[in-house]
Amino acid sequence: MNSDRLWSLIRKEFIQIVRDPRTLAITIVMPVAMLFLLGYAASNDVRNVPLAVWDQDRSPASRELLDAYRAADYFHLAYDVDSEDALRGLIDHGQALAGLIIPPDYSTRIVRGETAQVAMIVDGTDPSIASTALSAAAMIGQTKATNLLVERAASRGQSAVTQMPVEVRTQVWYNPDLLSSHFMIPGLIGLILMYLTTLLTSTAIVRERERGTIEQLIVTPLRSSELMVGKLLPYALIAMVDVVEIIAAGVLIFGAPINGSLPLLLVLSALFLMSTLGLGLLVSTMASTQQEAMMTSAFFMLPALFLSGFLFPLSSMPWYLQAISHVIPLRYFLIITRGIMLKGVGVEVLRTEILALALFTVIIMGAAVLRFHKRLD
Amino acid sequence: MSELAVQVDRLTKRFGDFTAVDGISFEVRPGEVVGYLGPNGSGKTTTIRMLLGLLRPTAGRAEVLGFDVERQAEAIRPLVGYMSQKFALYDELTMAENLEFYAGIYGVPKGERRGRQQAVMDLVGLNGLGDARAGQMSGGWRQRLALAIALVHRPQLLFLDEPTSGVDPVARRIFWNTIDKLADDGATVFVSTHYMDEAEYCGRLGIMNGGRLLALDTPAALKRDTLPGPTWNLIVDRLIPALDALESLPGVFQVGLRGDHLHAITLAGEHSQHTLQSSLEGMGFSVEVESTDPTLEDVFMALAGDKAPSLD
Repeated sequence: MNSDRLWSLIRKEFIQIVRDPRTLAITIVMPVAMLFLLGYAASNDVRNVPLAVWDQDRSPASRELLDAYRAADYFHLAYDVDSEDALRGLIDHGQALAGLIIPPDYSTRIVRGETAQVAMIVDGTDPSIASTALSAAAMIGQTKATNLLVERAASRGQSAVTQMPVEVRTQVWYNPDLLSSHFMIPGLIGLILMYLTTLLTSTAIVRERERGTIEQLIVTPLRSSELMVGKLLPYALIAMVDVVEIIAAGVLIFGAPINGSLPLLLVLSALFLMSTLGLGLLVSTMASTQQEAMMTSAFFMLPALFLSGFLFPLSSMPWYLQAISHVIPLRYFLIITRGIMLKGVGVEVLRTEILALALFTVIIMGAAVLRFHKRLD
Repeated sequence: MSELAVQVDRLTKRFGDFTAVDGISFEVRPGEVVGYLGPNGSGKTTTIRMLLGLLRPTAGRAEVLGFDVERQAEAIRPLVGYMSQKFALYDELTMAENLEFYAGIYGVPKGERRGRQQAVMDLVGLNGLGDARAGQMSGGWRQRLALAIALVHRPQLLFLDEPTSGVDPVARRIFWNTIDKLADDGATVFVSTHYMDEAEYCGRLGIMNGGRLLALDTPAALKRDTLPGPTWNLIVDRLIPALDALESLPGVFQVGLRGDHLHAITLAGEHSQHTLQSSLEGMGFSVEVESTDPTLEDVFMALAGDKAPSLD
């Protein structure tokens, strides 16, 4: 590698990037805009499930029960109806995802010390919402029942049997509130960076080919390796700006934690960028038009989305999909971002992932260098 | 062998079934300006690309400055300058930045870079225009910058592929003056063109058609040796009927239309001013015949048996 040649190329690339302010603006603004957009959308949290209530009792006791549902922010008491048909209609139209029916004798039964039944109907179309809503509904009901038992016992002057025979004490580490945004933001950072960087370099070589400047470059003493590195470094710098702003946005806007080392996160982000920028370059050496290059790099996105562990846990996938996931750099980076941001782990835990990314980068850059021949045929 | 700038031996390039360059052989000596004349698609660009190691020859071999173009292309690259048909410039960069980029890529030493850039900008007449964006310049200026880029590392040998295509006549004239200056300083230049008038400036000239090198010699020798006989200009009253009549005369090799008159090549010893004049007058034409010096267009037509590539 000749530093003079390399520096000349890097300088030229920078001038070209800076003199194309529209593309530069998109590059700088897009990651945060995407994080903003997707950060709110990509959430598995079940909150504010619209609930239709048919309260046939309309007593202080039934209102107390409704208050219990209102207090837990799982449900949003959106509709107050007065027939089963009305309730069914709301669920059919998707306006309500759950319905609660309180029978007319609810308070009477409670007063008499009998078992009062209420009905909970849940729209099972989306199983993840349904199961969370069901268990939340059951939990709220049980808590209410336990409270009633205690009250009754107290009113009879008995000391309550509050001791439960078995108790499972649960403890959630790293993300104690089970906020899916905390889980999603580190993943989104990786996904957005991958999308952006692969696109950035995928046109880098083929653009020279389309404009005919590649011919002039080939007849110079510039080496294939110098061309690849010289094309990669300027974009790496820009992508690092993106890394900093997207992490800042994740922390400031979405309150994502960084429990581990920020410098380590930045360094490993840079490593990840090398692998995805390299992938873009490899695509660029193979494509014959910029359009083809962009299509090809977009083609990598969907598998990365599904097979990296971004959306679904890898452990629940069949073995062959798990095998494929090993060649997706995002897979490793997700473990790294989630590890550093949520778990606060360091290099000693992430050694495998770091090695995998480094290896991937070396192989992909090597392939790009070998793939680019200083010839036209 | 190594004292030759270019040595080409039965060089061939096929693209599938199409033979772009068909077994050509020639040599270029140091300090020569060798032209390559032929219509579009005659194999000029393919030849230059093979000599630069951009395309792999299908058969035959070539050496540039003593290096094999197929195996030692990288050794050739720092020693030669190249100007492609498209004037490969970066539109976002200024003229000076384009030049500086290539000076850096060619490894012009930092200390010499500024002086060298200034010198080539002066040579091609671009001084004072360094800050203009290349993308905003017209063909003539872009062409000059492309030449400056090809010269910035002081190559021993210059390959110019149709350097004047898409450039106005004044700019073409200025361009050739620059090539003349370079030649006076001892540069070796290999230049392709499809303009007959430009071909006259070359020390030696190759005539290319359909992938074959039909002849390679000085323009004077080509005019002297390749024509079957003398050339004539005929001013007639009715051009097209006279052209047909002339073509049917025995001893007439070729007749062409040249603007407002006819141009004919006859076989040696077959015709004189008088015989042409009387033959046509006998067929009812009013005609004035004059003997004329042969042109490169005549040479091309005689060799290629075809229409000349351009008539300006």
